Amino acid sequence: MTLALETETLTKDYAVGFWRPRPYRALDSLTLQVERNEVFGFLGPNGAGKTTTLKLLTELIYPTSGRISVLGKPPGHPDVRRRVGYLPEAPYFYDYLSAEELLTYFAGLFGLRGAERATRVSSLLDRVGIAGERRLPLRKFSKGMLQRVGLAQALINEPELVFLDEPMSGLDPLGRRDVRALILELRDRGCTVFFSSHILSDAEALCSRVAIVVGGQLVTSGRLSEILAFEVSGWELVMCDLQPAAVESLGSAARKVTRISEGRYTIEVGAEAEPERLVGELRARGGRFVSLNPVRTTLEDYFVRQVTARQAAPPAGRVMPEG
Amino acid sequence: MGRVIGLVAYHVFKESVRDKVLYNLVFFAVLLISASYLIGQLTAGQDVKIIKDLGLAASSVFGLFIAVFIGVGLVWKEVDRRSVYNLLVKPLRRHEFIVGKFVGLALTLAVNIAVMAGALYAVLALMTWMDPGLAKVAIEAPVMDPQVLKAFALLYVQLLVVTSVALFFSTFSGPMLSAAFTFGLYVVGHFNTDLAHFENVVKSQAAAWLGKALYYILPNLAPFDVKAAVVHGQPVSAAYVVLTTSYGLLYAGAMVALAVLVFSRRDFK
Repeated sequence: MTLALETETLTKDYAVGFWRPRPYRALDSLTLQVERNEVFGFLGPNGAGKTTTLKLLTELIYPTSGRISVLGKPPGHPDVRRRVGYLPEAPYFYDYLSAEELLTYFAGLFGLRGAERATRVSSLLDRVGIAGERRLPLRKFSKGMLQRVGLAQALINEPELVFLDEPMSGLDPLGRRDVRALILELRDRGCTVFFSSHILSDAEALCSRVAIVVGGQLVTSGRLSEILAFEVSGWELVMCDLQPAAVESLGSAARKVTRISEGRYTIEVGAEAEPERLVGELRARGGRFVSLNPVRTTLEDYFVRQVTARQAAPPAGRVMPEG
Repeated sequence: MGRVIGLVAYHVFKESVRDKVLYNLVFFAVLLISASYLIGQLTAGQDVKIIKDLGLAASSVFGLFIAVFIGVGLVWKEVDRRSVYNLLVKPLRRHEFIVGKFVGLALTLAVNIAVMAGALYAVLALMTWMDPGLAKVAIEAPVMDPQVLKAFALLYVQLLVVTSVALFFSTFSGPMLSAAFTFGLYVVGHFNTDLAHFENVVKSQAAAWLGKALYYILPNLAPFDVKAAVVHGQPVSAAYVVLTTSYGLLYAGAMVALAVLVFSRRDFK
């Protein structure tokens, strides 16, 4: 297994207070592994430590303890800088430059020159959908357009690994669809995408693996299929030719019954019910079996459960005790 | 390394041009031309001296404002608006960022000083052309005295020192405080020599040592001001210019190094 990214008991404390500063633990012993060429979702509620983690991975802040390896090297290594891209949360750029000038500037930092630089800038502006506004000063850009510029600058060096901090924020539905397509395109090109988000539908649609952080601590990480596969919250049974009396006989065994048409019903039962026995009973009453499907937990259900459980737990005390 | 610093510097210059910082040159030219006209009406024989004095003093004030007000925002603005995040994850090391910012403002100041010097000489040439008798009245120093260039050169080095101080404060403090500290140091810097002789006026040995220590730590800006000497035709030797410039560059270099030290360890929360 080749790793694009690895952290080992990564911890970050900030000093809180002026006269008697006390450490505040923003991230607590995060151990993560991200494989190459995967789309990894880093999920958590606001203030969970997502941005802190991304800043540690890009060495915008330094860890209190723990180890980070990006593409096999320390995060600040010049070789790593040349091979990664980063979109900060709610990015801000220079008012006095246009999108084209900004990308030309950043391309220059990677040593790109002349025709190669012009082609790269032009194709990226096209790709993120702001080619028409390339010469407009950035101060006239909307939040969504700045987000697109942010994506373009993160990809200016054709990175092997790209960090995206809340890439969908500020985007309208069309913009979100474009960014989803872009992320999948990057993956198909062999790029590893590590993105933080609290929009779970995006993570569900894009990620092969996710990690969930709450209160600076890792709650879970793994393949989405593994996390959600056996989380069956109930069953959805569709039967036809059912008499109303047969439906009424279900009583409290059915969580919800929906009439679709004459004699055709959708019956939802809990995970604890035995669907085979139920089908047998209804068939004995003249019903005909149409379909039976498990109702799986969505990532959102899972996320809410994990976060509430963690938040309900006695506070671990993120402001570290003295002494 | 040089290429990356050059790129950062070029963009500092570009920003100052687009933020219309160089418009101060227009004010400078208008001030100088209108003053030369007015003074020409009021004084006899002293007008060349006054114009030189005014030109150098105005250059000093404009230069100081640019050095301080742009200098204190150089790093702070990037950190406050978080645009620095996009830069520092690229192949640009933190010390290159700081040095690039300094070089960029130094370039802006160089253009300013060069244009102001050019404008002063142009006004002096215009005055001579309008009144050819002026050359005979200017007995202490010739009207188009090349010595004035030495004053401009030393003024520029002084502004580099001020810029480096502003940049240093900008790496860890907001613009209001940084500007206050930098202006404070500018004023103190002009009276620095008094600190060296502090022992003559205080009895306490500790206070004398403190004065001596401050004398070495604080910038000594008085030697950069040769306006009076130049205007009155007193010689300013090349050795003096070289020595004072060397001191200025060394001090500015040390301040930039300190700025790098602070900035390199900084967490961008």
